[in-house]
Order: sequence, then structure tokens, then C-alpha cells
Amino acid sequence: MAQGQERVGPGRRGQPKQKEAHRLFWAALAAPGIIWLALLFIVPFYAILAIAGGYLDLFGVPVPVWNPLHWSTANFSKAWHDVAGSSAFVGPTILRTLVYVALASLIALLIAYPAAYFVARFAGRRKALFLILLIAPFWISYMMRMLAWIDLLQTNGYVNKTLSLLHLIGQPVNWLGGLGFTVVLGLVYGYIPYLILVLYAGLDRIDPALIEAGRDLGLGRVRTFVHITLPLSRQAILTGMLITVLPMLGDYFTNQLLSGTPGTTMLGNVIDDQLTSSGGVLQGEGAVFSILFLLVLIAPMIYYVVATNRSSRGAT
Amino acid sequence: MTTATKTRAEAVPARTALDRLRPRRNPWRHPWFLEGFTWLYLVWSLVPVAIAVLFSFNNGRSQSVWQGFSWRWYFADPVNSVLHDPNLHAAVVQTVRLSVYVTLVTVPLGVAFALGINRWRGKTASTANFLMILSFVIPELIFGVAMFFVFTKLFRPIGLGTLAEVLALVTWNVSWPALIVQARLVTMGRQYEEAAADLGAAPWQVAYRVLWPLLRPAIFASAVLVFSGVIDDFVLVDLLNSNSGNTPMSVYIYSQQRGGNGGPALNALGTIMLVMSFIIAIIGYIGYRFMTRGERGSRIDALTTIAGSEG
Repeated sequence: MAQGQERVGPGRRGQPKQKEAHRLFWAALAAPGIIWLALLFIVPFYAILAIAGGYLDLFGVPVPVWNPLHWSTANFSKAWHDVAGSSAFVGPTILRTLVYVALASLIALLIAYPAAYFVARFAGRRKALFLILLIAPFWISYMMRMLAWIDLLQTNGYVNKTLSLLHLIGQPVNWLGGLGFTVVLGLVYGYIPYLILVLYAGLDRIDPALIEAGRDLGLGRVRTFVHITLPLSRQAILTGMLITVLPMLGDYFTNQLLSGTPGTTMLGNVIDDQLTSSGGVLQGEGAVFSILFLLVLIAPMIYYVVATNRSSRGAT
Repeated sequence: MTTATKTRAEAVPARTALDRLRPRRNPWRHPWFLEGFTWLYLVWSLVPVAIAVLFSFNNGRSQSVWQGFSWRWYFADPVNSVLHDPNLHAAVVQTVRLSVYVTLVTVPLGVAFALGINRWRGKTASTANFLMILSFVIPELIFGVAMFFVFTKLFRPIGLGTLAEVLALVTWNVSWPALIVQARLVTMGRQYEEAAADLGAAPWQVAYRVLWPLLRPAIFASAVLVFSGVIDDFVLVDLLNSNSGNTPMSVYIYSQQRGGNGGPALNALGTIMLVMSFIIAIIGYIGYRFMTRGERGSRIDALTTIAGSEG
């Protein structure tokens, strides 16, 4: 199309030069962002590597080594010792993190999907109302939402009061005293709004005609769901799970607020503690764990980027 | 085609066979069970917060026993209220300051980036775009660790504090405008621009006269998302703050609660955060509706855009 127009009239002989100028204009527009990302996204990740490959000076302060040829493996072997050595404490923590996150994301999906499905398909004229209520937690600060549960779960809080009123418990339960159950539910509560929005958007995009066709052809409600709705929402489920699982894996604050005991420590707590360790003695090890963490997650992250890229650039 | 006819042929007798066994049910009946479930979810997700807001008005220290209404944790208490406690006060100021600074830098940076990348093409452009989307999914803790090291070990004059917080938050949030504007560019198509270019407009004229008015709603929506994102951000500011003067509300609530110093004053702080976010959301919704008036699109579209689920 553009070529057809170029041929029109003799007045456009300056085209190639002009085209080059146009390209430069767009490149100049993108340049600040690119430089920003290079300096404050690429370089920082290199800094993690430099710390991980660095050493401790006489005062125990970590010194980064910027030349990859001079990197030492001291921090890596220390980290390995903590994962699998005789006094290993990180190994069990990693396992616990995986179990907590798997449970939390599964529960979140089981709660979020039906709710998102209902609002996308059946809310009818009340859709706006339901959407406002679904979106509301998205606008409430994470800390405020955790604070809300801390209030409720105190030994003399409303949860215990309600449960003993119903004669479900004899003694008040110390919910905040280091229960894995509390931490998992905290994670579910914290991250479910993000999941629900992704699921809603995916389910809402499904053409109702496809579902109606299934029903018209005699499929029951359940079979329509299994054969039509569920396959069509697979992409939304995948993205939604990624968007909840990735931050959950790096979460340290939920667990710290709702339990704060070593019995429920997650990988995020290990990294956070090492980073803020006094004088920074453990920062090198923290850097190693950050890198390993990143390496494990790189595949799902790239999957997400490719999927997003495909949809955001769309037909162009 | 053939499969469809086959399914129908099989399905119709099956239904009549079933009808003999049980009374016919309306296949389009309202799914009451699902609706009940959704309401339960909404109660579970919102009522705890409502109770926490209520207790910020409690006339006593307890967060679980109601002792009457008061404003004491907001301004009435001469020592422990948000207005009078210097740390609480500083936390509110810092949150507002960060939100404003970060939004002012992030939105122009992200919009220019999106436009440039979308039109420039080539390897550099797609690599940069890849990185930008990557910054959207990287676990915040890892990104925070990277930022912590870069400001304490490499860019040492920056150090920890407000500047480090702003730089990190801009990088973390720049994908909002970049993604939303790119999505909008895709749905817009290029006809308008091409028409303007055919009529002799240079790219900067196209950008100003054609793209800017068409992109304004998307830019506005991304500004709203960045602003509220900064209010709610926790991990980055937790790792990059250095003293009480640059500790925003989220970090203050966390560190106090964790240190066992919880109390209704924290609920008051949380309520202030909530009100700020809701005001931004309402401004965002009304503004977006106003800017897209005359376009196809509904209240629902505006709602989901303001919550960031379009890009």
C-alpha cells in the first residue's frame, strides 16, 4: 500500500532520505527508554553477578568483582553448603516454599475461576457492579489487606470468637503463631485479585456464540464447560497462574506478618535476611540465591514475555 | 460441519431418553450456586478490610474489641495520631511524593518508548521491548536485590533513599505505559497516520496532531495505574529506604506490625492509603470515560482498563 503511494507524482524524489530521517525520529523517541533499561535493568542484574562472584574484605563487607574472569566460587560453595550440607537450612526452606506456593496457587485458581466465570458469563446487567467489587481489592494496598487479617486472626479476634460461638473450637487458636495453614491462606488472599482479573478478561473474550452453539447441539452445562469454555480459557489460566506464582515465590512479607517463625520460612525470607544481614556479610550468598532463583524462573518468564509480545503487537 | 451434524444426531435422542427419567430442567436457568459462590468470595475478600477500616476509628488500642467511635488515630490524639506522630506523618508525605515523582518520569518515558519501538522496528527495538516486558514479570524481590546492589556498590553516590526509590520504581512501572500504549497502537491501526503522512505531515507532526489525541486515554489510564502502583508498592521501597524520612506508608505498616507495634494508628494509615487509591481510581474512571466519550466502548471497558487488564 505504502509503495503504491510512493510512485505517485514526481514530488517525492527525496523519499529515501526522508525515510531515514523518519526512522531516526522514532529511534530517538525510544532512546531514553532503552538507555534507562540498560542502566537500570541490565546493569543491576550484572551487579548481582558481580557480588555473587565477589569476595568479602577484612571487615566482612562484600566486594563486587566486575571482571567475569576473576569471579570466585566462594559464595557459590557457601550457598551449596547451606542447601545440601550438614547444617543445611535452605534445602527444607525451598521445599516448603514450593509446597506453600503450589497449594496457594491451586486454591486461588479453584476460588477465582468460578467467580470470574460467573461475572464474565452470567452477571448480565449487574456486570459493572460485580466488576467493581472484583476490582476493589486491586486498589486496596497489600499491607492493608494483611493488616485486616492480622486483626481478625488475633487470639481474641473475630475468627476465634466466631468459631467458639459455633462450638467448633474449645480453646482459642493462635493463628498467628507459626501455622503453615495461615501463611498459605494469606498468600491466596493476597494474590487472588490479580488472578481473578486475568481470568475474567480471558473468559470475557470467549464468543458467547460458541457456547450457545454447544448448548444448542445438546451438550449439558457441564459438558459445554469442559469441551468449550475450559479449552478456550487455557491461555488465561496459564497467564493468570504465572502472574500469581512468580510473585508468590518471591514473597517474604506475607509469611513474616502472619507467622514470623522459622517453621514457616520461605525462600524469599532467606534472601531478604541475607540482604539485610548486619554489615552485609551474607549478601554474597543472597546474591547467589537470587541468581539461582532467577535461573529456575527464566523459562516461565520468557514464556510469558513471548505470549504478551504476540498479543500486544497483534496483527502488525 | 460433519462433526456438528453428527453430534446433533446423537444428542437429540439422548435428551429425550433423559427426559423420561427426570423432569425437564430449564437449560438456561440462572446459576444460583455460582452466584452464591461469587458473593461468598466477595464477602471474604472485602469484609475483613471493611472491619480493619472500622477499627481505625476505634476509641481504644484494641484491634479486635470495639470501644466506640473516635478520630483519635487520625488527628485527635496529640501524640500517636497520624497527624502528630512525626514518623506516621513522614510516611504519608513520602508515599505521595514518590507517587508524584515516579508518575511524572515514568509516563513520558514509557509512552515515548512505546511509540519509538512500535514504529522503529529492527533488532534493537525488539530486544528492548523484550526486556521491558521481562521487567513486568521478574519477581520483585529479585529486581529489588539487583537495585540494592547497584545503588550500594556501583552507583554509590546515589546510595539508598528517595532517589534510589524513584529510579527503581520508574524502572519497575515503565512497562505499564509502554504496554498499554502499544496495545492501543495495535487496535488503532495506521490509517490515520498514513492519511496524515500522505497529506504531507512529518512524523513529529503526526505524533502531535494524530497520535497524541488518539493515545490520550491510554496515556491517562497508564498514569493512573503507575500512580496507584507506587502507592501500593512495598518490596522495592522496603529494600531501598534508608531512614524514617524516606519510608513510605506500606513499609511503615510492615515494619511496625512486624516489630509488634501494631495498633489502630496503623489501621488509620492503611485507611488513608485505601482512600488515596480509591480517589485515584475514581478520577481515573471518570477521566477515562470523559476522554473516550463518543467512542464505542462501555463502562465495563473503562473499568477493566483502569485496573490494567487490557494490555
